[in-house]
Amino acid sequence: MTTARDLSARCVAETVRELFLTANTVLPADVLAALEGAGERETNGLGRYVLERILENARVAHEEGMPLCQDTGLAVVFLEIGQDLHIVGGDLETAVQEGVRQAYRDGFLRASVCDPLTRHNTGDNTPAVLHTAIVPGDRLRITALPKGGGSENMSSVAMLVPAAGEAGIRAHVLDRVRQAGPNPCPPVIVGVGIGGSLDQAPVLAKQALLRPVGRPHPTDARLAAMEAALLEEINRLGIGPQGYGGEVTALAVHVEMRPCHIACLPVAVNLQCHAARHRTAIL
Amino acid sequence: MNFNVLMENLPRRIAAPLAPEICEDLKVGDRLLIGGVVYTARDAAHQRIAAALARGDDPPFDLDGAVIFYAGPSPAPPGRPIGAIGPTTSYRMDPFTPLLLERGLRGMIGKGRRSEDVVRAIARHRAVYFGAIGGIAALMAKCVQRAEIVAYEDLGPEAVRRLEIVDLPVVVVNDARGGDLFARPADG
Repeated sequence: MTTARDLSARCVAETVRELFLTANTVLPADVLAALEGAGERETNGLGRYVLERILENARVAHEEGMPLCQDTGLAVVFLEIGQDLHIVGGDLETAVQEGVRQAYRDGFLRASVCDPLTRHNTGDNTPAVLHTAIVPGDRLRITALPKGGGSENMSSVAMLVPAAGEAGIRAHVLDRVRQAGPNPCPPVIVGVGIGGSLDQAPVLAKQALLRPVGRPHPTDARLAAMEAALLEEINRLGIGPQGYGGEVTALAVHVEMRPCHIACLPVAVNLQCHAARHRTAIL
Repeated sequence: MNFNVLMENLPRRIAAPLAPEICEDLKVGDRLLIGGVVYTARDAAHQRIAAALARGDDPPFDLDGAVIFYAGPSPAPPGRPIGAIGPTTSYRMDPFTPLLLERGLRGMIGKGRRSEDVVRAIARHRAVYFGAIGGIAALMAKCVQRAEIVAYEDLGPEAVRRLEIVDLPVVVVNDARGGDLFARPADG
């Protein structure tokens, strides 16, 4: 028989605080490497200028502890909760929200959350959006993803007809990136969620953004091939860094997929701006 | 359009508020460094300014020749005039822009493309829309020397701020001749 492992709610809150503070000021190494590679590939002078400023900004933000972008995002938190884990001294959701509140206050991060109708700012960037999964084991895996509004506004979920098939999916994704143009702060990372239900597809698309930039789908060769084909098509659009033209419109395309209903073909496209910020901790 | 041509135009400095003759001189693709006084206003502030004008009230700052920076900075850490700052996507302000241009607004700093209506209104009013790079907000903060809230403090990051800026790097996206940097076949 397995005994539950105790983890304090305070420890969860402190970890969430640290993750959002770091995520907002330090760009992950894989994102930096992808941006450096893009700078070498880009042939358009203005596009190269934009990529150089993005890299310079990442250095300054890291050195000075300043946010990479003034849009420090809606706080999205992915939790993988081991089924043998027991949270003590408070409840998990409250602890996560408290960690977000402290990070945005202590780190001088922008409060970017408001009432949808009155547009009154909640003042502390809560509530965060939580995605939870119960998994085997006794650990808690926490991923913090501060998601900017500009790229989120260019994202979508569509219910295609099954007859659209893979060609239809690819045409749809390409069209979404074309329509978004300069708005989502390219070069973007394109997260694609195929299948599941109306609500599951965009969660898959968002999870796809967490994969190390440019790593092909690890288990499904069909998806890895689709990612490579889409990346090539997207980078032929000529949108370029910040939309000023060029070779590098996307740094990567990541696709995740689940089975869906026989009548359906949900396809979600979640665009991530070049400030692809996220951090993970395991407790 | 050959975008490498753009790099041959070395940036020059212009001062905000903008004199009318400056806009006549600017063309799509020009790289510029803006200094002087600009005002931040984004979604919620635009709604309030439009409501104020509809009531016959004065706008919260003099619109004549003014430049609006579509931005909502992060809070200023101790010892700094401002936190991280950079452009937000401009199309969300499109419904309010023709009205503000009629009232004297001459420049806007943002990112992304504008509606056809706004592109036409910019030409009609001999104004200009500048694109700034999104997501370089730690760097861009260094261009701000002073910041003070002049209206709608309750909006927090969306309050209207008067900024004194130096050498903020921008590119002309829409000029007074109706030119559009983003009007390209690849955009469909």
